[in-house]
Amino acid sequence: MSKTNEVVLTPIFKNNPIALQILGVCSALAVTSSMSVTVVMCLALTSVTAFSNLFISSIRNHVPGNIRIIVQMTIIASLVIVVDQVLKAFAYEISKQLSVFVGLIITNCIVMGRAEAFAMKNPPGISFLDGIGNGLGYSVVLLSVGFVRELFGSGKLFGFEILPLVTDGGWYYSNGLLLLPPSAFFLIGIFIWILRTAYPDQVEKPEFEMAPNTKKEAA
Amino acid sequence: MASNNDTIGKTLTVAVSLCVVCSIIVSAAAVMLRPAQQANKDLDRKSNILAAAGISDSSKSVDELFAQITTRMLDMETGKFTDAVNAEGYDARQAAKDPAQSIKLTADQDTASIRRQARYMPVYMVESQGEIEKLILPVHGYGLWSTLYGFIALEGDLNTVGGFGFYEHAETPGLGGEVDNPVWKNLWQGKSVYAEGSYTPKLAVIKGKVGAATPDAEFKVDGLSGATLTSVGVSNLVQFWMGENGYAPFLANLKAGGV
Repeated sequence: MSKTNEVVLTPIFKNNPIALQILGVCSALAVTSSMSVTVVMCLALTSVTAFSNLFISSIRNHVPGNIRIIVQMTIIASLVIVVDQVLKAFAYEISKQLSVFVGLIITNCIVMGRAEAFAMKNPPGISFLDGIGNGLGYSVVLLSVGFVRELFGSGKLFGFEILPLVTDGGWYYSNGLLLLPPSAFFLIGIFIWILRTAYPDQVEKPEFEMAPNTKKEAA
Repeated sequence: MASNNDTIGKTLTVAVSLCVVCSIIVSAAAVMLRPAQQANKDLDRKSNILAAAGISDSSKSVDELFAQITTRMLDMETGKFTDAVNAEGYDARQAAKDPAQSIKLTADQDTASIRRQARYMPVYMVESQGEIEKLILPVHGYGLWSTLYGFIALEGDLNTVGGFGFYEHAETPGLGGEVDNPVWKNLWQGKSVYAEGSYTPKLAVIKGKVGAATPDAEFKVDGLSGATLTSVGVSNLVQFWMGENGYAPFLANLKAGGV
């Protein structure tokens, strides 16, 4: 049981795929300008990661080493296509906004990374949970970035008006930068900063230190 | 991991069976979900046509409301209605890619940057007692990042804009994406497309706001601040579709009663 908890919970803050492993940043920039889209993206990615881990793990003892990446890609790609089709059928509006980014889950490093690092070595049940855990870790970052971007960028949350905009007769001047993808860099940076203040062991050792160039021997 | 996994036989078996299983899953999903997807697409298109026409009634379904709209196919070359193609199931976007069903535009004709134009376009009408009350015309053109697809509705005088809106685009949210802002869309209502007796479109998006002092204010719409290129794109696509390569010949025919 403790192992289960550990696998699901550690990726959320302690070993966050975006903040610590720096995987899957691209979609965190692209789909976080509104919350409803972000939520669907998180669900899509979490389910793809969980099921790809499950399937890859269940055939891990039969996968030839030299084609294992292709086998993983095939499974991931199939799952992503299925998710894309389901979204088009049941959440058409949101799938229109997500457009190409659902397809790009295939290249999301988190899915591939967990398949190679965890599912190839562990039994299916725990791999499935690992997929969920990492999906949640990804979701935490995406949702917090999406929250800030939608609230301060367009004064809304899930499309409901929170801060009435000046353009609609309110008082809030929206921050245009937050609606553009680069703003997510700042927000993810702040997120990593907070996380590393809370867990100082996540801070990497500097690769070299600059010596104070004051003594002759030090030069 | 078993050591015999790396034999050629095992590798091929795994690869082939994996491909078969995956392709069955993918094609099953695609086939089973197609009806729902198609229904969504139709619903989306219909609700956009209704939105452009300004018809809304939350007590009725989209299909019920759509029943009052007549769809006709228009031949862009002659500017007249045609029965050469069936409006049901016709996809103008697909047709625009097919050389046999489309017209190539030369660089100076192609002000909306769409390269090819479908020969036949569907037009939608709200009629009462044989008179056109509203005419809804599909338009599209390039903005900043994406092609914007939308509808422009004209009133029965075939000159006054009754509604305008896009149903598909990928412009920057908050900047070019403000083409979806209802406040901005309302600015189009009541504007005129053509000056008296001419079929050269005068309707355009300008930089800044249209005030009382703006000359020809009835032909001008406010630009979107922070989205100059999208505004220019919208202006160009309106000019194109209302111009001689767009619907102008059809509107002239319609007015003369010769369609």
